[in-house]
Amino acid sequence: MTTSSVSKGCFVFKPDLKKRKRTVDIEEYFVDADDDCSYGRERFSICRSLWEKIKTDTEILQDELNKKILDSLLEFIKKCTSSFQCRSDEWSCLMRASEIPTAALVLGVNVPDHDMTFQSLSDLLQESVTPFAVSVQAKECSGMPKSVCKHKHAMKSPGKYCSLENDVLQCPPIVVIFKDFEAFNPHVLQDFIFICSRYIQELPLLLVFGIATSPCTIQHMLPHSVSSLLCIELFQSLSCTQHLATVIDKLILTAEFPFKLSGKVLQVLVNIFLYHDFSVRNFVKGLQLALLEHFHSQPLSVLCCKKKHALLNAQKLSHQHLEMLRQLPSFMRYVEAQEPQEQVQLLTSDKYVKEVCQKLLKDIRKYHKNYYCILRCLSSLTSSLPKYPLGKHIRELHMSCLERNIWETNEYESAIQLLRLLAKDELVATLKKCADILKPCKTKKMNSVLQQLEDYIVKLEHLDSKFITLLEMKGSRRTKKMTPFEMLKNEALDFIDCFVRSHLSPPELQPLHEVCYYSSSGFLRQHLNATPRTSIQTALSQPFYYLQNENLKTDAGTVSSSAPDICIVYKLHLECGRLINLYDWLEAYATVVSGAEGKDPDSEEYGKVDELKHARFIKAVSELEFLGFVKSTKQKTDHVARLTWGGC
Amino acid sequence: MPAVLQCPGYPEAKLRCLAESLQCREVQASTLLALMGEPQQYSYPSVFIYGHRATGKSHVVLALLTELELPHAAMSCVECFSRGLLFEQVLMALFGPEAAALLPRCASFSDFVRVYRQMCAQEPADQTRYIVLERAELLRNMEANLLPGLLRLQELVDDNVTVILLSEIVWDKFRPSTGCFEPLLLHFPDYTKAELQQILSRHSHPSYTPELYSSYINILLGVFYSVCRDLRELRHLAALNFTKFCEPLEKGEAQESDTHKLWRRVEPHLKRAMQTVYLREVSSVQWEQQQMDEKEATALRGLSAHAHVELPYYSKFLLIAAYLASYNPARTDRRFFLKHHGKIKKTNFLKKHEKTSNHLLGPKPFPLDRLLAIFYSVVDSRVAPTASIFSQISSLVTLQLLTHIGHDDQLDTPKYKCAVSLDFIFAISRTVNFDIVRYLYDFL
Repeated sequence: MTTSSVSKGCFVFKPDLKKRKRTVDIEEYFVDADDDCSYGRERFSICRSLWEKIKTDTEILQDELNKKILDSLLEFIKKCTSSFQCRSDEWSCLMRASEIPTAALVLGVNVPDHDMTFQSLSDLLQESVTPFAVSVQAKECSGMPKSVCKHKHAMKSPGKYCSLENDVLQCPPIVVIFKDFEAFNPHVLQDFIFICSRYIQELPLLLVFGIATSPCTIQHMLPHSVSSLLCIELFQSLSCTQHLATVIDKLILTAEFPFKLSGKVLQVLVNIFLYHDFSVRNFVKGLQLALLEHFHSQPLSVLCCKKKHALLNAQKLSHQHLEMLRQLPSFMRYVEAQEPQEQVQLLTSDKYVKEVCQKLLKDIRKYHKNYYCILRCLSSLTSSLPKYPLGKHIRELHMSCLERNIWETNEYESAIQLLRLLAKDELVATLKKCADILKPCKTKKMNSVLQQLEDYIVKLEHLDSKFITLLEMKGSRRTKKMTPFEMLKNEALDFIDCFVRSHLSPPELQPLHEVCYYSSSGFLRQHLNATPRTSIQTALSQPFYYLQNENLKTDAGTVSSSAPDICIVYKLHLECGRLINLYDWLEAYATVVSGAEGKDPDSEEYGKVDELKHARFIKAVSELEFLGFVKSTKQKTDHVARLTWGGC
Repeated sequence: MPAVLQCPGYPEAKLRCLAESLQCREVQASTLLALMGEPQQYSYPSVFIYGHRATGKSHVVLALLTELELPHAAMSCVECFSRGLLFEQVLMALFGPEAAALLPRCASFSDFVRVYRQMCAQEPADQTRYIVLERAELLRNMEANLLPGLLRLQELVDDNVTVILLSEIVWDKFRPSTGCFEPLLLHFPDYTKAELQQILSRHSHPSYTPELYSSYINILLGVFYSVCRDLRELRHLAALNFTKFCEPLEKGEAQESDTHKLWRRVEPHLKRAMQTVYLREVSSVQWEQQQMDEKEATALRGLSAHAHVELPYYSKFLLIAAYLASYNPARTDRRFFLKHHGKIKKTNFLKKHEKTSNHLLGPKPFPLDRLLAIFYSVVDSRVAPTASIFSQISSLVTLQLLTHIGHDDQLDTPKYKCAVSLDFIFAISRTVNFDIVRYLYDFL
């Protein structure tokens, strides 16, 4: 770009609006290039509205969960402020060393999740207590100067502020929040606290430490001389597993969302949480990815929405879609189970299929409504049994129900056996809990189940206790004759068994389950739990996998001689031991590359090292070194050391 | 009867007043006064005062300077963490804000000297000016010329100025290798028990007799003197526990003269205070709250009672592997983690230095490879080497459960140390049903 100016100077060129690269709308990814016959826009809008719902729900949930701890923290801050404002001239106040009030907020090891908590904390503070709240992160305060400079602004201005308003005794406290206490340099912290303590007489300072591990780290990081300047109060937040349980309860174990995860997918997400990061935020992100991928890859997901909407969409399905629908394994199974005449109609008449599809969609909705009620029932029945045969958490029960018929498992057997051993009052209590869970369920079937359950409760309660005298129990055991209590108990448990069998069948048996269930766990695992090492090795040993060039296609274990240099070098190095002679390596490389050049194997030139090959070899070796496969060694100057084990 | 401070050139009344407020530090105060001489006389260029925490260093110096109204600049080196700030504060205190404004940005020591000379040409000193620097040990971390320069500031600026350095560290640790002007050293010894008693008894509670308070202080010192001689801390503890001491008097269960009874009542309480509130296991507010509630049985849980840390499953195993790598000699890995290691008796492959317990020597650094190798053999299922395994290692480092050793270059095999205690790792391995004792060389 040029200017007409002849003087020297700085010129601002605003970017040309027309030239700016057109950013692709996310929606476009869902729409096929040629036409919109696959309902890309509809799918995208359903997906977006579902995600919005999930997002707001999790945010509300987060706020609810944090409410208790944030409220108590706020109360603490208010109390400290008021005690600072009306500092009396009492003897004990004068004698006591003035300590900086400090809140130690223990939040658990999932540091990325803390951001939201701190955000709502500082919002609350700004709203109701003080405009002077600063949050600092360790990475912003590597040295003393920086951290003090950051606070100075906050510290000095209220200093003036306080002196002005002292008559009204209305100075808001200055709150400094250390988001990641462990990551701070201890010296910086110590100096900062020391400086604060010099001003605590005049300024209402308050510290908040966000602790990820345990409060002990305060004592590890601060010597007694510094920690004696603090007056620390402890606040413990909810554990992240409980947090996850509530999130799963609200987002997954509900018929409200039409989008569902299959057992394997849920397993992947839960495993990432439990084994790797403890981060609820990542769990929700994983859920988002599954949602996006489902709506992106499954054209029939246009039916995965609210009932009315779904029925309407089913009515509008194109012929192409109906063909897809007919190809669904679950639908094929359904067709096979019908009468021959019906089968013909299903396979030929589009109109009829649309009707059946609507019916099936209704069925699957009903199935879900009943499923979650009964699941909660069964979980409440079994979650207090010794050794938790069906798992401690409802999510474990849910996952095993998704996988197979739960009533065929040994765990279910033993759970029912244990239930049979319950005493009368225990049984009544658990049945009552069950009934409470069933009450909000509005479907007809659930109402009848509830009715029967309540009958059993009433019967059990009215059972005269005289029947269960010790004597009679002894007698019955001898004669194998059952007491009325045992009979009733067995009846009740058989009833429970019966409703479990009728409602907890795995969703895979439901026709059209593919519409709402996302099941490709491999995709999720690959994207959420990446394996860089494996990817690099795949790229090096099978370049075709990434480059998609037909020439590179070879049998497993071999590399085409026309592959990129680094692949050839990598392949050759696999054949070596711990130390690799560079010259031998170079010669082997030259031989392979000459093969690619199509030279006659018998000629003089074949396998000869020229400058070009030499340079290419050196480049490839240094790339390999950068990737961490080899490194230079001092043991032998013309050798490099291998850093990985194994070979071909 | 306190000794009277004497020095010509200062008003008698003020000196008497000073002697009153500087109890038990009369010797040091009079030495200082003698050094300072009369206000207009030149004083020694630099004085270095050292002594433990709360031995009255700053108190004596600042009391002398403020009471006798001598021109001075007092600052703490923690606060003035850069030389620019330090110079600015000194000039501001001695000559006012205009002088500080004359300093260029990023002022060097010679800039400071130049501005100082300029200002003192305008306002020549009729009294000695004093510059007091608390926590002077931090000066050592600043520019190398700062400390030697300050020590001979009088000569450099050609003015009647004295620099007083206060520190808890002895002068020997300050002396730069290039040599410097030696300041006068003045030591403030710790207060003796009798002196502490005398000082603490001065601030008696207004509603009780001084004798009672004095006997309370005596009991307090009996408990705490062996662990704490910090005057500030002792005064704090005295204030916190005095209500408990007075409780029997308030309830009418004892008389002021029943010293023995009062002692019996309060001593266990003070001992408990030593284990909790003194160590800041329990905050002072909570301690007072507890006294008021009188719920002694439900003792407050201190900070170290919450030692439990929840970690993801693989993080636990990574930490266990790190602990094993830190406390087992690398040569013994074969024995612990290989199935067919053959029989190796402990005595056969002991080296001399390995006979001492590794736990006494502390954790040793280990490379990442070794950590992962142990991790894969310790964890019971097959684990893919995913990115999150590696990110867990770095989050363990930020949580300070592992420490990263040496340079920051991540490309070349990084080294770590395990920074958790044996108890901690026991608790962690119990949660994953891993019998760590079987894998520790020290417990063979």
